[in-house]
Amino acid sequence: MGERQRIIIAKPGLDGHDRGAKVVARALRDGGHEVIYTGLRRTPNQIVRTAMDEDARFVGLSSLSGAHGHLFPTVCNLLREAGLNDVIVFGGGIIPDDERSALHASGVRAIFGPGTTSSEILEFISEAAGRNCGVGSQDPWHWGE
Amino acid sequence: MEPIRGEGLVIAITGPPGVGKSCLVDGLLHRLAPEHIVAVLAVDPTSPLSGGALLGDRIRFSVLDDDSKADSIYVRSIATRSSSGAVPSIIQSLASHLLGNGFGLVIIETVGAGQAEIRCAAIADRIIVVEGPARGDGIQAEKAGLLELADLLIVNKSDLPGADKVVNDLTMSLSITDDSPEIIKVSALTGDGLDQLPAMIFALESRVSSQRARNRQRLLMAHEHLLTANPNFEAILDRISQEGLSLAQALEELS
Ligand SMILES: Nc1nc2c(ncn2[C@@H]2O[C@H](COP(=O)(O)OP(=O)(O)O)[C@@H](O)[C@H]2O)c(=O)[nH]1
Ligand SMILES: [Mg+2]
Repeated sequence: MGERQRIIIAKPGLDGHDRGAKVVARALRDGGHEVIYTGLRRTPNQIVRTAMDEDARFVGLSSLSGAHGHLFPTVCNLLREAGLNDVIVFGGGIIPDDERSALHASGVRAIFGPGTTSSEILEFISEAAGRNCGVGSQDPWHWGE
Repeated sequence: MEPIRGEGLVIAITGPPGVGKSCLVDGLLHRLAPEHIVAVLAVDPTSPLSGGALLGDRIRFSVLDDDSKADSIYVRSIATRSSSGAVPSIIQSLASHLLGNGFGLVIIETVGAGQAEIRCAAIADRIIVVEGPARGDGIQAEKAGLLELADLLIVNKSDLPGADKVVNDLTMSLSITDDSPEIIKVSALTGDGLDQLPAMIFALESRVSSQRARNRQRLLMAHEHLLTANPNFEAILDRISQEGLSLAQALEELS
């Protein structure tokens, strides 16, 4: 197991439930990380502010509504604008294959679909923590593929 | 270890899990911001099995959705981590630092169980203990030894049946002392009783017995810090294990 990380789990957008986000939050806690869970319907600005106040290394975003195409890149941009270039962003939810490369290009380092196992997410966290792959990094690396 | 600080007040809000501490803090923040610049240090336990923690107090802070207030509020979630006692001293320096940097009030929210959590509360100038109608197995705060630390007792969830019984039970438990804290009944859900809270908190006097209980915790904390900060601490531990050094001799060498 890698080092203990501080990870924000947030659910931007307006869609209803956060079951998936909670499952991921618990899995990360059980993997030895400190997870700050922000609840439903946070705006990109609030998420970035939370990452700053909580001194988090990772931000995990969950979306079911199809809003990820806009919201995930917005969070990455706002993090860069806030100077939080070291923060590593990952996402989860129902995200079609053909939308993934645009998300990767915007700075999202991993995209986890509905069937993802906890151990895969934990592996990503420990691998990403050892790389310089925050939203401000030019490294094209992303998880999988 | 000694606090270096500016003007301002550090209060702890403590009590059993689920009693509504975070919702109460939210209610308070709605009434304090933006006039007051407030920091919240929300402490939650680390899971002893995994070493991880789920820090969920933020979910309750609806005040952060209000842009006119959010800018005067800082929230930091903190896990207790190991029982090394490091977290209470980290919280103490964080609180001093915040007070020295423009924050007028620092609120420490912590579960009132476990040594680390109680020590986190003992850092504060004033301690508010929260109770509520719960699982019907008596006053939780009493079992945790929290009552002696309380400068004010809040019975939350006054909207639920059973709140009056909790007030009565608390009054009974406290009736043996002549220096007992005030008990107030509120509902963080409906807002009932919350408007009086900011003024009460700023005017809150420390009770003699809670001051003493707090100082006992602080003294123990300072002593532990003294021992563990000694550069020979680990070496002396080794000698206890390997050479049969007695605890009394070890203490002598460490202090
Ligand atoms: N009925 C009622 N429920 C409340 C009240 N305050 C908080 N709660 C609920 O109690 C639960 C725990 O609240 P929370 O603030 O997270 O408790 P904490 O663990 O002490 O911080 C939540 O489901 C709240 O909605 C109240 O005044 N009345
Ligand atoms: Mg809480």
